[in-house]
Amino acid sequence: MHGLEFDVAHLLAGTLVLASFMMLYQDRLTALLNVYALHALVLALSVAWQAFIQDAPHLYVTAFIALVFKATIIPVALHRIIVRLGIHREIETAVGVGLTMMAGIGLVALSMVVMLRVTPGADALAREDLAFALSVVLLGLLIMVTRRNAVSQVVGFMSLENGLVLAATGAKGMPLVVEISVAFSVLIAFIVIGIFLFRIRERFDSVDIQALDRFRGERR
Amino acid sequence: MIAAALTCVAVLLALAPAGIVLATHARGSAVVYGASLVATLALCVIALSVLLDPAHPTLSTTLPVGLPWLGAHFRIDPLAAFFLSAINFGGAAASLFALGYGRHEHSPGRVLPFYPAYLAAMNAVVLADDAFSFLVAWEFMSLASWALVVAHHRESENVRAGYVYLLMASFGTLTLLLAFGVLAGGSGSYDFATIRATHLTPMLSTAVLLLALLGAGSKAGLVPLHAWLPLAHPAAPSHVSALMSGVMTKVAIYGFVRVVFDLLGQPEWWWSMLVLAIGGPSATLGVLYALMQRDIKRVLAYSTIENIGIVFVGLGLALAFKAEGMAWVAALAFTAALLHVLNHAAFKSLLFFGAGCVLNATGERDMERLGGLIHRMPQTAVAMLIGCVAISALPPFNGFVSEWLTFQAILLSPQLPSWGLKLIIPAVGGLLALAAALAAACFVKLYGISFLGRARGEAAGGAQEVDRFSLAALFALAAFCLVAGIFPGLFIDALGPVATAMVGNSMPHQAGLEWLTIVPIAESRSSYNGLLLFAFVLLSGSIASIAIHRLASDRLRRAPAWDCGFPDSSPAIQYTASSFSQPIRRVFGTTIFAAREIGEMPPPGSAAPARLVVDMHDLIWDALYAPIAKAIGFATERINVLQFLTIRRYLALVFVALIVLLLVLAI
Repeated sequence: MHGLEFDVAHLLAGTLVLASFMMLYQDRLTALLNVYALHALVLALSVAWQAFIQDAPHLYVTAFIALVFKATIIPVALHRIIVRLGIHREIETAVGVGLTMMAGIGLVALSMVVMLRVTPGADALAREDLAFALSVVLLGLLIMVTRRNAVSQVVGFMSLENGLVLAATGAKGMPLVVEISVAFSVLIAFIVIGIFLFRIRERFDSVDIQALDRFRGERR
Repeated sequence: MIAAALTCVAVLLALAPAGIVLATHARGSAVVYGASLVATLALCVIALSVLLDPAHPTLSTTLPVGLPWLGAHFRIDPLAAFFLSAINFGGAAASLFALGYGRHEHSPGRVLPFYPAYLAAMNAVVLADDAFSFLVAWEFMSLASWALVVAHHRESENVRAGYVYLLMASFGTLTLLLAFGVLAGGSGSYDFATIRATHLTPMLSTAVLLLALLGAGSKAGLVPLHAWLPLAHPAAPSHVSALMSGVMTKVAIYGFVRVVFDLLGQPEWWWSMLVLAIGGPSATLGVLYALMQRDIKRVLAYSTIENIGIVFVGLGLALAFKAEGMAWVAALAFTAALLHVLNHAAFKSLLFFGAGCVLNATGERDMERLGGLIHRMPQTAVAMLIGCVAISALPPFNGFVSEWLTFQAILLSPQLPSWGLKLIIPAVGGLLALAAALAAACFVKLYGISFLGRARGEAAGGAQEVDRFSLAALFALAAFCLVAGIFPGLFIDALGPVATAMVGNSMPHQAGLEWLTIVPIAESRSSYNGLLLFAFVLLSGSIASIAIHRLASDRLRRAPAWDCGFPDSSPAIQYTASSFSQPIRRVFGTTIFAAREIGEMPPPGSAAPARLVVDMHDLIWDALYAPIAKAIGFATERINVLQFLTIRRYLALVFVALIVLLLVLAI
């Protein structure tokens, strides 16, 4: 039985990393948001599985939060925002896809090396989970760095946060309070960023953050 | 006793917020300074009672403030008692002076709150018995004095002075912090009793010595860390200048003595080489700088550097003799240094008060526009004369005694076994002798140009004598200078317990000797009798004066001074301050200040005036401070680019930093 538990957890965490990779090369915003919804869905499944195998009912609440907020409300809201901003058909010129993917592979390798090295004492499940979680966090950061559009940066940030949740649920005994507060802070960040998006848009007619740089009048 | 002392400090601290309220009242400054006077006098009495009562048990207490597991330790031992009495003696004199002087303050709200806080902080430094309280009080003292330096912030010079001061004070506190860190590193405990009991390896002890020398030296104004001192001390209001020069530098000396003589334990012989090699040049360079100045308060500030140099030479000698096991000579040198601490507190305060009186009466600090003040301000002039004579180390005043004792210790240096010390100590003695002579020239110049001759400007011509509080402070200090010069034995005996605690021996008891003579080592070798000398000076002076008046003419006549045949004798043809110091500038200036005199003669037939321009540099500033400032400026230019990156680049920076850290972890 232990083998199956481990394999399923491994599969779900791996799927989350895969979803992060999918987000890396999406150059249309709508597609990006759809993949993000998938990302959050996989997270919810993974957390639910962890709740099942750790026999920790409060993790079901976390999974539920992930399902409702991250997989449903936020993607829908972001879809509406980009439609209202009129950028849902825009193609974003990210850094070259090949290069980004290579960097992503390097990051996953790095996080594996780091995590397997620093956690020799922990049990295998937690180790694998942590390594995948770190990969997701790093890939989220990579998305934020390689994107130019404020909306896709927000999505990068959200996926980064998913990585944190994955790490948190992998560790046994994580209190629900921490979980809820993290989810809540992400929600707040989402609202604040959403408001800012509209303010930026109002002023510059674009959510391309290059407009902000031009406004600051700095050298490039 | 310690409770009473801490209460007085608390009263001073409480006066600080009261000062904010009282600053708006007409009599507010009188209340603040009056209360400061009472508190400092009480502290002085407490300190003296501890110092003079040999059977007094050591006093200590712990207050539950500060770090939670440490508390704040306070203790009065003989060393602290001596410095407490010196600090509060100066503080009381400054408060008395300020009762009159403070009335002329045009922005009392910038001075009144900080003045008592400053006094409280200086007392707290000396009372502290653990590293944490010491450093907190030290930093508080620095900040309070900084606030006082920039009290008159409308003058751009003062703001710059405050900036340089703040930088140097932070540097000093940093080095002291590190010094205490090393000291406490062995045991992990910050109270002085534990530090004293632990022994460090020679390397760590040396590090502590260097750090303490840097930290205390930067506050005391040792060359080359003196750069802030001549800027900051004159910038403050005069009673605060007196405190900074006369008292705060002593707190720095206290810090050095506490760390090096008390906490570090037995010294190595070569430590003293370092202290001497810094002290001697400080004395000479300080007075040479002083000689080149025209601003009265700057002259006094530079002269402080000289006197601190003398004190450090005394301390260096004490270290040398202590390390070689000659405790009886170490006691002599140590007593001389501490006596000079007290003496300098007295006459430097007196001189700064006098400068304050002159500034108040004329609005001028530049000697070239003063002159003839002895006619307009006769009482100030008498007190200033006493101060100038005392600081020039002329008998029968107090400055002579401490410098003479220092020289007595220098003369015993051939008995030291190590050749390094045998060679360096006479050289330092030579520097000290040079400094003493130059100091005399410096104060002849200060007094002669400002007080004698004829007024060089309107302001000096219309000066009025100052109020009675200021005069009371001036004459109290002048009287102290005389008394300490005539009865030095009393002071030397009082310093006995301090010397015993710090170097293991004390000077021979002086009180029983005939005619109030003082004998540093043995009667056969040397002795000094201030009273006899005073009587002789008084007698010969009176006889000469009577003889001249009786034998020549007993009538007072006023006649025009001989004008060297000039048809128009304007005050501008008098000797000026820079002409007085020109010979010395020519001898020393070309090497020490890179001074150049550029004479511009107009071509024949031209009606343009000839000009003489003197170009001088502060080589220490150019060589030490300017490159550092330049390097920091260059680095900040480069780093400034980081302020103007795009959001994505900031994110990328964070990302790269994270990746690098992870790589470090992985490899």
